[in-house]
Amino acid sequence: MPSRDPLSFQLNGHPVEVPCEPARVLLDLLREDLRLTGTKRGCDLGTCGCCTVLLDGRPTLSCLTLARFAAGRTVTTIEGVSPPQGLSSVQRAFVELGATQCGFCTPGFVVTATALLARNPHPSRTEIERAIGGNLCRCTGYTKIIEAIESAAKEAP
Amino acid sequence: MASTPRPFRLLGHHIPYIEGPLKVTGRAEYTDDIQRPGMLVGRLLRSPWPHARLTSLDVRAARALPGVHAVLTGERYPTPFGVLPITHDETAIAVGKARYIGDIIAAVAAQDERTAEKALGLIRAEFEPLPEYSDPRVGVTKVVEPIHARGLAGSNIQKEVVQHFGDVDAAFVHAKFTARVKGTFAGVTHAFTEPMATVAEATPDGRLTVWSATQVPHYLHRSLSEVLGLPMHRIRVIKPEVGGGFGGKSDPLPHEIVCAALAIETGRPVKILFDREDVFYTNHGRHPTQNDVRIAADADGQLLAYDIEALIDGGAWSSFGTVTTYYNGVLSMGPYRVPNFRYKGRRVYTTKPPSGAMRAHGGTNIRYSIELALDEIAEKAGIDPFDLRARNALPPNSTTVNEFRITSTSFLKCLAAARAASGWDGKFRQLPYGRGVGLGCGFYISGSNSPIHFTPKMPQSTVHLKVDMDGGIAVHSMQADIGQGSNTLLAAIVAEVLGVDLERVHVQRVDSDVSPIDLGSYSSRVTFMMGNAARAAAEELKGHLLAAAAELLGHPAGELEVEHERIQLAGHPETAVTFLAALHKAMEETGALTATGSYQTSPVGGTFKGARAGTAPAYSFAAYVAEVDVDVETGEYHVPRLWAAFDCGRPLNCLAVEGQIQGSIHMGLGQVMGESMNYRGSRLFNPSLLEYKIPMPQQMPQVEILLVGEDDPAGPFGAKEAGEGPLIATLPAVGNALYDAVGVRFTELPITPDRVLRGIDLRTKEARPWKGA
Repeated sequence: MPSRDPLSFQLNGHPVEVPCEPARVLLDLLREDLRLTGTKRGCDLGTCGCCTVLLDGRPTLSCLTLARFAAGRTVTTIEGVSPPQGLSSVQRAFVELGATQCGFCTPGFVVTATALLARNPHPSRTEIERAIGGNLCRCTGYTKIIEAIESAAKEAP
Repeated sequence: MASTPRPFRLLGHHIPYIEGPLKVTGRAEYTDDIQRPGMLVGRLLRSPWPHARLTSLDVRAARALPGVHAVLTGERYPTPFGVLPITHDETAIAVGKARYIGDIIAAVAAQDERTAEKALGLIRAEFEPLPEYSDPRVGVTKVVEPIHARGLAGSNIQKEVVQHFGDVDAAFVHAKFTARVKGTFAGVTHAFTEPMATVAEATPDGRLTVWSATQVPHYLHRSLSEVLGLPMHRIRVIKPEVGGGFGGKSDPLPHEIVCAALAIETGRPVKILFDREDVFYTNHGRHPTQNDVRIAADADGQLLAYDIEALIDGGAWSSFGTVTTYYNGVLSMGPYRVPNFRYKGRRVYTTKPPSGAMRAHGGTNIRYSIELALDEIAEKAGIDPFDLRARNALPPNSTTVNEFRITSTSFLKCLAAARAASGWDGKFRQLPYGRGVGLGCGFYISGSNSPIHFTPKMPQSTVHLKVDMDGGIAVHSMQADIGQGSNTLLAAIVAEVLGVDLERVHVQRVDSDVSPIDLGSYSSRVTFMMGNAARAAAEELKGHLLAAAAELLGHPAGELEVEHERIQLAGHPETAVTFLAALHKAMEETGALTATGSYQTSPVGGTFKGARAGTAPAYSFAAYVAEVDVDVETGEYHVPRLWAAFDCGRPLNCLAVEGQIQGSIHMGLGQVMGESMNYRGSRLFNPSLLEYKIPMPQQMPQVEILLVGEDDPAGPFGAKEAGEGPLIATLPAVGNALYDAVGVRFTELPITPDRVLRGIDLRTKEARPWKGA
């Protein structure tokens, strides 16, 4: 058996230490070992964006990221961008404007949009389209997703 | 006394989806999120051959591998199944031979993924290759080795439909104008984001529980029972959240049965999760199709006849194919009046991944060819495309030549709205070379009138309500929300009828132990059928509450009305009781109140063979205008704007209707502009979302939605479907706009830039007869 040395990183604001094989990818570690199932597995190939998490604040495809790459760094999942009660402004806009249909891509979009608004609180439509370029949605035609991100941006100071 | 109907409190507005907060936080539970104690990993061995006899299968080494709990082969559960009762041609695992690359040969349940993969590698399968049939044209005559024994007369024809109404040949003799379009359509697939997943658990009480990403829990339930030999009441099917379906999760699929079989064999919970390649090979997407459409019209542009042939590439299984074969002809029969109609359709098995039902099933490819041919007629007759279509529109309360009953139609309003909003009269044939506008229209069934049902006398949909002293209303129904918002609509209808807040209504997860049967999410049936059932159930409950309120208020129930969270004497808000007071009074005799509502289609259509195909209790109608902008040097083009006029009767949740239209346009643009299942022979060459590209946000046009429908007489609160019909008109609108832009009718889909360029190069750019230049 490959060794399962402990891996330490900051996860959703808390330090964690978990045993981890060298070849384990971050998505498996999150979903299977840590049971954080909000991050979705859509393709395992980095093509759909459903597994997007934030690594040191940057949108990252967890299915293409070795878990060990997170050592000593900060990982934020959809669970981490969700407040303990209620919804974030991005999440509220997604709900109110119908930006989620089947919902499977939604955590990835919310994580991506949250990161976008953190570094660019008032993005243009073009900037939004570019930012979500790595996230696929088959339900919405992206229209209401873009509207929701624009609406959440309006709330930003 | 005529009373003004009370305006709706919820329906007709923008109602956010009730499960939205769970989805945006990652808390909604999908099948792969389910973890059971001691759960094993199920894996499938798939055929590397498109068509091959399985000469030996040695699983001893795999079985002996530590950590392996079961290895299954086809002989263990050989009972054939399939979504249509008349075409059971699939088995859970291949028996005797493989019929496409990806066909399931064996299955393993092991303690973990690594062991399962290793076990698959230890299975020794020997094949004797058989002739590959990737071209449906080859399969229409007797072949050496038919893919299925049930093929027509030794061929690979799965289904042949021949219909003739009126006298088509005579109509063509008398025609002033004729047009012909021979369309070729690549297969496309659903590309939902959630891969298929199933969890199954057999328990010592003799029961089997199956959680699965399915659109139609009831058909899965049936198929599990048939193949596994268990009575239905010992099987419990649960539908967690489903991450999109679009038809791709509407067949009972072999892996679902395999997963259950592995759970039975091992006594342990088992999960089978597909990777993206599994999803692509399982397919069941829109059929690769060739059609040949001839249209005849008189001097005024009045349509005289359609003469249609279709050759449909079915892939390895029947799936919904018999329906597909009919639909590719009969769904040409609206939105225009066509007095003579002939159709010959054949669906042919090939050694490719099976095709099946995909959003706007059977109505999409034929519509493309028809709408292009209509534009050709319009051009020849010197009639504006809008005028031609308006002149031929089916009127309300009419019957088509093949005996479809048309009740409500606002098709003329769709045409008028799209024409005005798009500024058509200032654009058509007037935009500069390379730019153009095009009109495409469509109609679609609002639920299949004839249920795929094993007991057709039963309702298509049933809804149960239960309310106890807490005032929360539990709603049970097997309608399957796969993201389209049907749970929200169900809750909103109940809340609307009872006058209560939406938050009182709790739609329960689909669970065959407690959910009354509804046939699920396909054929755009849910709003219409479940909606009517929900309304009936809520009306029954309202009756109990009104009776109790009558007792409390001392006025007869007939004089009372429901208002927001209370019941009052009509027009006298001061004489009222709260919802809870009425509820508690009503419960004095019986305890918790329950109510049932159901919906059953009434017979419509003719009595000839195949007459039921395409019949529906109502139809949606559409008229779209697309604007295209072509780079004539590269063949690249985009669709900057699209006007979508749609008749879904009364929209009940405008948020969902808009979302369905926008999503449909995205999917339709994908098919017309670029999506294609690329085969070389029988081998799929692009089984990933990187190589099978769906449109990006930048490719989406600015869409203006025009909802112009009037109340349908039989729809719930006047509503009709909006889930599939909105896709259809997208394709011909783009195709006809490309003609306006560059003067070429593109008849091979997808219309990729290289095809555009090839089309453009065939003409001189200076002479533009189609623009009148």
